[in-house]
Amino acid sequence: MRPSELLAPTPAGLYCKSGGFHIDPVRPVERALITHGHSDHARPGHGVVLATQETLDIMRLRYGDGFAGRTQAIRYGETIRLDDVSVTFHPAGHVLGSAQIAVSAGATRIVASGDYKDAPDPTCAPFEVVPCDVFITEATFGLPVFRHPATEHEVQKLLDSVRLFPERAHLVGAYALGKAQRVIALLRAAGYDAPIYLHGAMASITQYYQSRGIALGELRLVKGAKKADLAGTITLAPPAATSDLWTRRFPDPLTAFASGWMRIRARARQRGVELPLVISDHADWNGLTATIKATGAGEVWVTHGEEEALVHWCQTEGLAARPLALVGYGDEGENEAESDSAGDAEEL
Amino acid sequence: MNRFAELLDRLGYEPGRNNKLRLLTQYFREVPDPDRGYALAALTGALSFKHAKPALIRDLIATRTDPMLFALSYDYVGDLSETVALMWPTPLPAPVLSPSASSQTPFRAGEGDESTARHVSHLHNRPPPPSLTEVVTTLHTLGKTELPAQLARWLDQLDETGRWALLKLVTGALRIGISARLAKTAVAALGGKDPHEIELIWPGLAPPYLDLFAWLEGRGEEPVNRNPAPFRPVMLAHAIEVSDFATLDARDFIAEWKWDGIRVQAVSGQDGHGMAAARLYSRTGEDISPAFPDLLPSLHLPGAIDGELLVLRDGRVQSFNVLQQRLNRKTVTPKLLREFPIHLRAYDLLGDESGDLRQLPFEQRRDRLEAFIARLGDPRIDLSPLIPFDDWDTITAARADPLAAGAGQDADAVEGVMLKRRDAIYLPGRPRGQWWKWKRDPHIIDAVLMYAQRGHGKRSSYYSDYTFGVWTDDEQLVPVGKAYFGFTDEELVQIDRFVRRNTTEKFGPVRHVVHEPDQGLVLEVAFEGLQRSLRHKSGVAMRFPRINRLRWDKPPRDADRLATLERMLKAEGAAVTSS
Repeated sequence: MRPSELLAPTPAGLYCKSGGFHIDPVRPVERALITHGHSDHARPGHGVVLATQETLDIMRLRYGDGFAGRTQAIRYGETIRLDDVSVTFHPAGHVLGSAQIAVSAGATRIVASGDYKDAPDPTCAPFEVVPCDVFITEATFGLPVFRHPATEHEVQKLLDSVRLFPERAHLVGAYALGKAQRVIALLRAAGYDAPIYLHGAMASITQYYQSRGIALGELRLVKGAKKADLAGTITLAPPAATSDLWTRRFPDPLTAFASGWMRIRARARQRGVELPLVISDHADWNGLTATIKATGAGEVWVTHGEEEALVHWCQTEGLAARPLALVGYGDEGENEAESDSAGDAEEL
Repeated sequence: MNRFAELLDRLGYEPGRNNKLRLLTQYFREVPDPDRGYALAALTGALSFKHAKPALIRDLIATRTDPMLFALSYDYVGDLSETVALMWPTPLPAPVLSPSASSQTPFRAGEGDESTARHVSHLHNRPPPPSLTEVVTTLHTLGKTELPAQLARWLDQLDETGRWALLKLVTGALRIGISARLAKTAVAALGGKDPHEIELIWPGLAPPYLDLFAWLEGRGEEPVNRNPAPFRPVMLAHAIEVSDFATLDARDFIAEWKWDGIRVQAVSGQDGHGMAAARLYSRTGEDISPAFPDLLPSLHLPGAIDGELLVLRDGRVQSFNVLQQRLNRKTVTPKLLREFPIHLRAYDLLGDESGDLRQLPFEQRRDRLEAFIARLGDPRIDLSPLIPFDDWDTITAARADPLAAGAGQDADAVEGVMLKRRDAIYLPGRPRGQWWKWKRDPHIIDAVLMYAQRGHGKRSSYYSDYTFGVWTDDEQLVPVGKAYFGFTDEELVQIDRFVRRNTTEKFGPVRHVVHEPDQGLVLEVAFEGLQRSLRHKSGVAMRFPRINRLRWDKPPRDADRLATLERMLKAEGAAVTSS
């Protein structure tokens, strides 16, 4: 079977006709395979949802019990048969429970990687290379200007600033699912053992991480804390909240933002960020290109992000490549902003 | 270089003036000579390197990267130095994984190649990065042919921030929101001095300012300004709002025309040997004398005139477009001097034979100025006339119709009125409530957004450059101008969203945005003037166009027509220009 017959882009998302399923559909469908819990990939209202247990749990946390007609949990490495097609989930290293989905029919195997990163992350299973014929890759940071620095270096910048401004509260903007827990884990790994404060919108998802055995140390809610007690502390909050009225409860707040976008100075300045921290849950340019090579795929389909550059690079490497032009996964460059709106705002 | 790069980087993100000052002063206190002096020179724009033009940087990166990937990256980042700094290929370091990476033993795609570079905490076997002094002094002596290789070596040695700062420095485009004034204020704080004292001696100082720092730290005498014709920091006006008039008394003010030329300071003095020296400065203190040899002989009396540079033909002030032919010229030909005779219209006197006049009230300086110009008796220098008035109504009428209010045949070159307090002493900077400028109302049209392009610098991820058009008689839209400011940050976000959702075609960095009679976005565009243009398809070119308002309420079919602009053009009696 030709790869383009096995999986094809449709308005609802990637569709596998022979298997009767969509991957990360953006509209309600009968059978959906979901790569991870971010709201642009995991939407409510599908008939059947197949995903890792963690992704299903995260969807339930966000959308409530009735988020799908029926669910089926798939373990990493487990192969399931859907009509004429076999499907396997593999760790994507993006957030807790994130998976790449390998779809095989006959001798043809396509890997839809969803969002992924090859950099180490103490809060989720490490990325696994899955050899395939066609590799479907994101391109969020698909330009050679994106080379994420070591996370240790970025976390040290934050700790240095806390030492330099002990009278100020440090607010770190971070997406509620994945980034926030990773930053906390990195702070702990760097030896920071003071209580870390949380915006209310991050509480349930962070508790879920802890319930899955991820050690995050002592966490406290900002709500109820005295203003003076917040001097010299670190608080994690959804990015939108760090430029909101909400910040008035902090003494002379200093705004940091943990995101791959912080690599571009203008981006940081546009958001009024005073301390940009280049920490990303997406593969950077080196990660994308190295991963593509490692899969051994002869053909690359590029989904959301800076697809033009990555497609060009593939072609210079002699690989067949094309953009898939899938819609609904964040508007060009806004991809990481998805969790801003993922039910994170209200509960202060 | 690294400490300086770090300073620049931090300053770039720091919004507060006082925090910036603290960072700067701390830097000047901690960093030894001569590095800090070269940093001060860089921050005040006192350094320039002849050969480090953006084209050279482009050539360098072209030898190291794929041209297509560079083009896409530059379009995305919007800033040449930053793009090159970010994508400059780094030499392969020894593959030492950081502790957390190795303890986790995660799979690393492409282990052993450059993708591991970012997880290496310490880079070995690299030459130490250059100091700021090394960079500056090397650049000054380096030949043009040696420069590319030297820059490449430094780029290899520096980290991302260092590369960014180096490129900003050598291209003379620091643009980090620090004025020369702020840098001098920070230096002044080092010795508890008033920044004004620095300004006064500044023209006689040169990098790396060892004497200045010695004085500030109490180790030396105050440096003397030996420039026989020194620049004085200029005084600037605030734009007046209609609501301001309620709080102002017309009797306290003197009014003049605001000329559409170039603000200059013409200074004449004598050096230690009694030789006369004349200099012409731009409002930022740049010495522009070499471009105006035809004016210098007229400055034959010791003094400092604040005035407007204009081109006069047959005693009549020419438009700004004509004056532009004389600006930014490296060489001045006799033909240029003949065809575009330069003129100085004086409106203030900062000094004369008797000394510094800046502490006198404006009214008295004006008397001195009138006497001075009369003594000078030179046809190339005249007085900017006062506008007689008793109340704000008279000034309102004069601004609306300069011709009737006495501007005579020069009325076309008037861009508004200036209101100056009679008792205002001459203060550097933009002191509140002393001088006001009241520009004429701009022209306004409704145009349709046709194309959008991503901005540069701070706006690099936003579609912030807009080409707009008006309807022709056969119901086609024809582009009439481009604007990239005038809107609020909030409006920028709205237009950006509109552009992304209504793109009909992508063409490199340009997006074609839907523009149909009943679909599209109408922009209210304000502009200062109109000219015939041979280069534009529409045949018209706007001066200083900007977005005044977003007309979400208006369907594109109701936007203005080219015929309207044609009528305005006739009313302006504009000359044809090829620009």
